[in-house]
Amino acid sequence: MTGTSSDLTRVDVAGLSRLLSSGEVSAVEVTRAHLDRIAADDGRLGAYLHVEDDAALAAAAAVDQARATGAELGPLAGVPVALKDLVVTEGVPTTSGSKILEGWLPPYSATVATRLAEAGTVLLGKTNMDEFAMGSSTENSAYQVTRNPWDTDRIPGGSSGGSSAAVAGHLAPWSIGTDTGGSIRQPAAVTGIVGHKPTYGSVSRYGLIAFSSSLDQAGPMARTVLDAAVMHEVIGGHDPRDSTSIDTPLARLADAAREGAAGDLRGVRVGVVRELGGEGHTDGYEPGVLARTREAIEVLAGLGAEVTEVSCPSFDLALPAYYLIAPSEASSNLARYEGVRFGLRAGDDGSRDLDEVMALTREQGFGPEVKRRIILGTYALSSGYYDAYYGQAQKVRTLITRDFGAAFADVDVLVSPTMPTVAFPIGARVDDPIAMYAADLCTLPASLAGLPAISVPSGLSDGLPVGLQVMAPALADERCYRIAAALEAAQDAARGHRLLDELGAPAGAA
Amino acid sequence: MTSTADRLVEFDEVLTRYEPVIGLETHVELGTASKMFCGCATTFGAEPNTHTCPVCLGMPGSLPVANAAAIEATIKIGLALGCRIANWSRFARKNYFYPDIPKGFQTSQYDEPLCVAGHLDVEVDGTTHRVEIERVHLEEDTGKNLHVGGATGRIHGADHSLIDFNRAGIPLVEIVTRPVPGAGRLAPEVARAYVTELREIVQALGVSDVRMEQGSLRCDVNISLNPVGDLEWGTRTETKNVNSLRSVERAVRFEMRRQAAVLDSGGRIVQETRHFHEDTGTTSSGRSKEEATDYRYFPEPDLVPLAPDADWIEKLRAELPELPAARRTRLQQEWGISGTEMTWLANAGALGLVEQTVAAGASPGDARKWWLGDLARRANEAGTELGELAVTPAQVAELVRLVNEGTINDGLARQVLDGVLAGQGDPAQVVQAQGLAVMGESDELVAAVEAAIAGAPDVIAKVKAGKVQALGALVGAVMKTTRGKADAPTVKRMLEERVLGS
Repeated sequence: MTGTSSDLTRVDVAGLSRLLSSGEVSAVEVTRAHLDRIAADDGRLGAYLHVEDDAALAAAAAVDQARATGAELGPLAGVPVALKDLVVTEGVPTTSGSKILEGWLPPYSATVATRLAEAGTVLLGKTNMDEFAMGSSTENSAYQVTRNPWDTDRIPGGSSGGSSAAVAGHLAPWSIGTDTGGSIRQPAAVTGIVGHKPTYGSVSRYGLIAFSSSLDQAGPMARTVLDAAVMHEVIGGHDPRDSTSIDTPLARLADAAREGAAGDLRGVRVGVVRELGGEGHTDGYEPGVLARTREAIEVLAGLGAEVTEVSCPSFDLALPAYYLIAPSEASSNLARYEGVRFGLRAGDDGSRDLDEVMALTREQGFGPEVKRRIILGTYALSSGYYDAYYGQAQKVRTLITRDFGAAFADVDVLVSPTMPTVAFPIGARVDDPIAMYAADLCTLPASLAGLPAISVPSGLSDGLPVGLQVMAPALADERCYRIAAALEAAQDAARGHRLLDELGAPAGAA
Repeated sequence: MTSTADRLVEFDEVLTRYEPVIGLETHVELGTASKMFCGCATTFGAEPNTHTCPVCLGMPGSLPVANAAAIEATIKIGLALGCRIANWSRFARKNYFYPDIPKGFQTSQYDEPLCVAGHLDVEVDGTTHRVEIERVHLEEDTGKNLHVGGATGRIHGADHSLIDFNRAGIPLVEIVTRPVPGAGRLAPEVARAYVTELREIVQALGVSDVRMEQGSLRCDVNISLNPVGDLEWGTRTETKNVNSLRSVERAVRFEMRRQAAVLDSGGRIVQETRHFHEDTGTTSSGRSKEEATDYRYFPEPDLVPLAPDADWIEKLRAELPELPAARRTRLQQEWGISGTEMTWLANAGALGLVEQTVAAGASPGDARKWWLGDLARRANEAGTELGELAVTPAQVAELVRLVNEGTINDGLARQVLDGVLAGQGDPAQVVQAQGLAVMGESDELVAAVEAAIAGAPDVIAKVKAGKVQALGALVGAVMKTTRGKADAPTVKRMLEERVLGS
């Protein structure tokens, strides 16, 4: 392994784009550097479920060849990317972290995957995740445990934990994650990277294996705010294949990130949400997390932002509402996995009838957390219980949306910690679903209201990353990027280096 | 389980003790070019599983997009049935496991249908029956299971099953009536007349080919009986897949007779799904609704709500074609015929054909005569519908014109029709090609007349003795030698001139 190729894994996307466009490095070199790094280090991290290897090198070679013939290539041509394993990719194994889809080769590709491919990016592989995105630690994967590059005894967050570990561990320059209740933001926070959940409807869901249709969104996970904004611009925008896709032009997100990095936040009104770690609402929040959050807010104020505290009382109801709505939709979305058309089919030996084969397939194919949520959702939608559970939860959703509406009448963005704690040890919460669910406490309100929210590193607590969450009104994603980039630039400058630089390359990899 | 075991009460006797309440759920497959939620083709009879894609196969990650043409067609049906069109409507998921529904749920509508509160008036035996429409909603069809092996084609006893998803996702409109009490003895006919009229309306709207034999119109028939005079209705059964107009009538009749026997013997009717058997005209028990699946309906989060705006609805209303009932009234007046004659025409499926024949120049009387007479007989013999005969209204009008001009007579016209039906061209071409025109007073005809006189001295004697009607035999002889091409009145006159010298 050459020094150059291992260095390439530490270059951000903006840097790779420059190197590739100028011809200083080839796409094959960049891809090979990442594949080598994966080969060397993914045994330790467990970020990938599938690596494209030869296919990735072939795609990279095609980019180099096109460039050699003088073809007009986009700025991202040859930049590698990793996809969360629920992004459907034609001919590439896609399991959503579940045994029930083991061996399935999709006949089509998600819009997100197609747009990234059309931009010339090179698919490195598919990243691990909690089964069907149900979890906050990636421990619910049916395949493997993924480890946090900052401390391999700790979780990388979830459900996009393979993506966060890959990006933080320099096994991919960036990755697509998906966020239903926090599954982009929370893993980004605990691994010290940037993760943005776009406004619901602003990134196509076509080809994302559904968990909870009214909440799921795909978004970028990257090492810098600018890279995240660039990826968002590639994948975002209207898609006629998704009825819930919003038909408005995307804001200039990368420009917003650049503007934020310039450091002037005068006139920006920042609201600190009292119910998310504020006065009287600190139960379950680690002091280190609260301290980093306070400091980050001070940085924003120092850049000219007007900071006030706002109250959103309905946020306290977000957790129970979420755990009715998401399982209800999931119980229906996951009904298609019964062994008739694709994936696992168990017990079809001629001795069992159809119902038995379908039941056995689901019994063997789904893990315990998936079963728990299917049972919960089935119950919540049952005749006689619908109004009390699903119906009430939808009302809570309306209340939360109103709280946001009232808050955004006075402020431009809302901030909070992304997660109440730093990454917890692997195994610490697996037997306590409620404690596990609490990891999403801060991210759920924006999910339920369909609003954009970003997690950006705010520092370390006991050597582990903490994230600040910035939430904005619907379709004002650019505000998230601007504020996050301002914080990032100010802290990097104060620190003299990026936070991730404190995460050294693993022994033997450099 | 088997229907043969059912005891039945005579139909007339049922009515001495019970009153029937009927209800109908009709599914119409729309004739849109593409499926309800994807771009796949909808054509009937393709190779299995060739009209499929990730969306209609329910592949992981796929998403539905609603077909605007199907929504428009549903609104048109609703408007034609006098429904109120909702300004806010949503799709809902109906969750249940069955291999022919690829997603594990059917995308349908639940408590927010597109059209509500309409009605349809049907005439039976000169009385009008109002059938209230509860709702008209849009959903997707299921795939089709094919059970291989075993005698019955049913899952019981089959070796294995195959699924064809070509039909999965084809837009389906469900039209649900409110319960119809008070039809009494006429309940079977009212049910049939309702489906007939509904089919005509959908046909007039041009939104479906409504072919019951291909399943593009399917009926579920609900029936209950209550003792005469009881205010409370009885428990109903739902007979599924009644797939011809005749079967609708038979299913109602059978269920009334079966239920009466159960009630007579002190039994109770189980709320259940029943299957109709075309061959025997009977029903048999399916699954019981008392242990029915909970469908766990909830609003489909993958589709945005439908909010048809008032201007669009009014535009669609203005574009509605003349509906069958209005058209019948107009044509009856224009043609000056009785209601009964009109019913005959409608029942024979001849209304449009007669109308087009009249438009092509025939008189209403002539047009009716041919379509209800000769052509109806031929269709009947061939076992096809009138409209499927290989003759166009324009050709019938031409035939009528040739008769009225005297070019041919009725007898020749039938021969000409044979030629047209055999694909030999238009009537005039057949007349020309086969030399079927009526003969004038030609040398050939004079020779035939004189030969007939010369060949029957006994008849001539009778005529001269005063039995003038005996000449009829000679007319027949001349017609025979001219192979029907002579004009009978002309022949008669020529014979009289020669025999009686008048």
